[in-house]
Amino acid sequence: MAGQQSTGTFAGTRLHIVTGKGGTGKTTVAAALAIALARQGKRVLIAEVEGRQGISQAFNVPPLSGHDERIFADKSGGEVYGISVDAKESLLEYLQIFYRLGRAGSILEKVGAIDFATTIAPGVRDVLLIGKVYEAAGRRSGSRRSGGRLVYDAVVLDAPPTGRIVRFLNVNHEVADIARVGPIKSQADSITRMVRHGTSHVHLVTLLEEMPVQETIDAIAELREAELNVGAILVNQVRNPLLTDDELAAISAGTAAEREEMVEAVQNDLVTAGVKATKVMVRGLFAQAGDLADRVELQRQEDAVLAAQGLPLAHLPALPGGVEDGGLSVLADCLAEEGIV
Amino acid sequence: MAREAYPSVHGAPEAAPIDFERLVRDESTSIIVCCGSGGVGKTTIAAALGVRAAEAGRKVVVLTIDPARRLAQSLGLSELDNTPRPVVGIDTSSGGSLDAMMLDMKRTFDEVVLNHSTPEKAEQILANPFYQALSSSFAGTQEYMAMEKLSQLSEEAAENGRWDLIVVDTPPSRSALDFLDAPKRLGSFLDGRFIRLLMAPAKAGGRAYLKVLSGGITMATSVMTRLLGGQMLQDVQTFVAALDTMFGGFRQRAEKTYALLGDRRTAFLVVAAPERDALREASYFVQRLDQEQMPLAGVIVNRVQRLAAASLTSARADAAAEVLGEEGVDGTGSQTAALTEGLLRVHADLAQTAERHHAHVHRFVAGHPGIPVTEVPAAAQDIHDLEGLREIGAALSSAG
Repeated sequence: MAGQQSTGTFAGTRLHIVTGKGGTGKTTVAAALAIALARQGKRVLIAEVEGRQGISQAFNVPPLSGHDERIFADKSGGEVYGISVDAKESLLEYLQIFYRLGRAGSILEKVGAIDFATTIAPGVRDVLLIGKVYEAAGRRSGSRRSGGRLVYDAVVLDAPPTGRIVRFLNVNHEVADIARVGPIKSQADSITRMVRHGTSHVHLVTLLEEMPVQETIDAIAELREAELNVGAILVNQVRNPLLTDDELAAISAGTAAEREEMVEAVQNDLVTAGVKATKVMVRGLFAQAGDLADRVELQRQEDAVLAAQGLPLAHLPALPGGVEDGGLSVLADCLAEEGIV
Repeated sequence: MAREAYPSVHGAPEAAPIDFERLVRDESTSIIVCCGSGGVGKTTIAAALGVRAAEAGRKVVVLTIDPARRLAQSLGLSELDNTPRPVVGIDTSSGGSLDAMMLDMKRTFDEVVLNHSTPEKAEQILANPFYQALSSSFAGTQEYMAMEKLSQLSEEAAENGRWDLIVVDTPPSRSALDFLDAPKRLGSFLDGRFIRLLMAPAKAGGRAYLKVLSGGITMATSVMTRLLGGQMLQDVQTFVAALDTMFGGFRQRAEKTYALLGDRRTAFLVVAAPERDALREASYFVQRLDQEQMPLAGVIVNRVQRLAAASLTSARADAAAEVLGEEGVDGTGSQTAALTEGLLRVHADLAQTAERHHAHVHRFVAGHPGIPVTEVPAAAQDIHDLEGLREIGAALSSAG
């Protein structure tokens, strides 16, 4: 590793599995995590498995394919490679490698056997999807015998949302009743060893809102039951109150006359600063600050619920300009500063 | 909240808002399907529409699929099961009613099997390992069963008149319109060549039939056997054999549901958040619905940032905050300078968010001329009770 040694809690993690409720910014956080790792000089692979092309959008690069390509380079020498894993493509590739199936591959496709295996056959799809990640995570430069080093220092998996994560990772359980023998079964066994390994962690992305927090807590329990290592809770879109409690009290408490005095004082300040302020505008500013304070109070309650889980917790700020506007870099810095990697 | 809350943009195309009052009151709309990517507030919108329609006098049932039981929370119910149950606290003075239910996909699948085969066959199917996996974990089963349940509710409504409006909240699918594809996909699997191939020996009395198959296909089967294990294919064979009598039933039902979705009495609502990714997903939904000639009522952009001090831009607020900040450093500012600076910073963030939301919605509207778009303002609090749902319903209706 070329970069400085990291002291982050998950610096030794090789497989970062990132999940979260829909709409919490799971893909964005996964992308920021990959960048944070690359800044330490690591060579990182980020993989998506739902064909959304969310990673290419986050990194602002052309759509990804089923083969890794470089999508980010850091001055430390670290790099991020991206891949969009497709179950069908993986199966055909797999058949090609292990059975050298040229013609039969296309016949399988024609009779619907490939569709069957990748969409209907329970669990097989997930085995194929994680199978590709498994292969990449263990890939070595040169032959194993010549002691080639691992190609990737870390792999970040932009995994399915919390509602499906345990079923997705628990492939062994899914296929156990169905495929009792055969390569799919042994592949599932290898995958299970990998995802349960001490160097694999499942990170949960959430917002400080009731439903995402509840879903996060449910997911933690399910992950633990399935013997998967829960990593960090990554709290996204945290809003800063920007005003002190005293200031908030000053605009909301007191008598009507006192509040009116406040409105005038703020109006005068605004005029001094060059804003043509009306009383209506000032009252609007007060109302907005009040709403934000309510939201921040709600955040505090939800944050306490998350803190009680006893897991490493990181807070990422809400970005008024959106992630499009250099936000990924800000979030990557936060993940490093908060001691995650 | 009024649309003027936006900073005005020259040449901005205006989208007409969705006519919700007509949608929820007009008896000719009997099904509303809410679709959209995960986390955009579909369930809340579906529940809010249900409440509004019920209180306007419609007899409504809301079907939700989500395993997180969000609708249950939104409606203040502790448990939802596969049976529609009345929602407590609805104003029924206009003669309406509201029932809600959560889909139990396995139970729904079991019921389909039980209703379409003899008791012995049904027992055989229900005990089959492949069926058990298919009915509880196949990614498309949830979508398939959601549409099956919609069909059932629609039939029940037609028979006994218990409901005149069904509001469906679709599953947060892996890909946008799995619920449209799933019936066809399962249908094409059950009717497909691969299944006929697996069935061939049983049907044609064994090996004789296999001889006429080309070597390639025999090889295909043997590869699948090696890959998946013989046991799995055997389970599939048994499953399909037991299901044989139901084949027509399945396909017919899928076709019927599909026709129901495309009917003029159905209205699709695409729900999105005012963010780049969510609106891109919404574009995809809109295109797919158009391709399939499904009746789209419009797009709801949920949780749009509104401003109480809309006349002040984020750039101006930032600049003024800088001035006040410097005064603070110099010690020349007033006593309230720090407070005013804070208020401006709060506003600058909100205004930047609002401007970004507006730009995203604007781009979407420009790319989809003629499609009604309704914006719902972000609430300061989470929605988890009937009052909150009523407010959302009112916001939807007043957007015009």
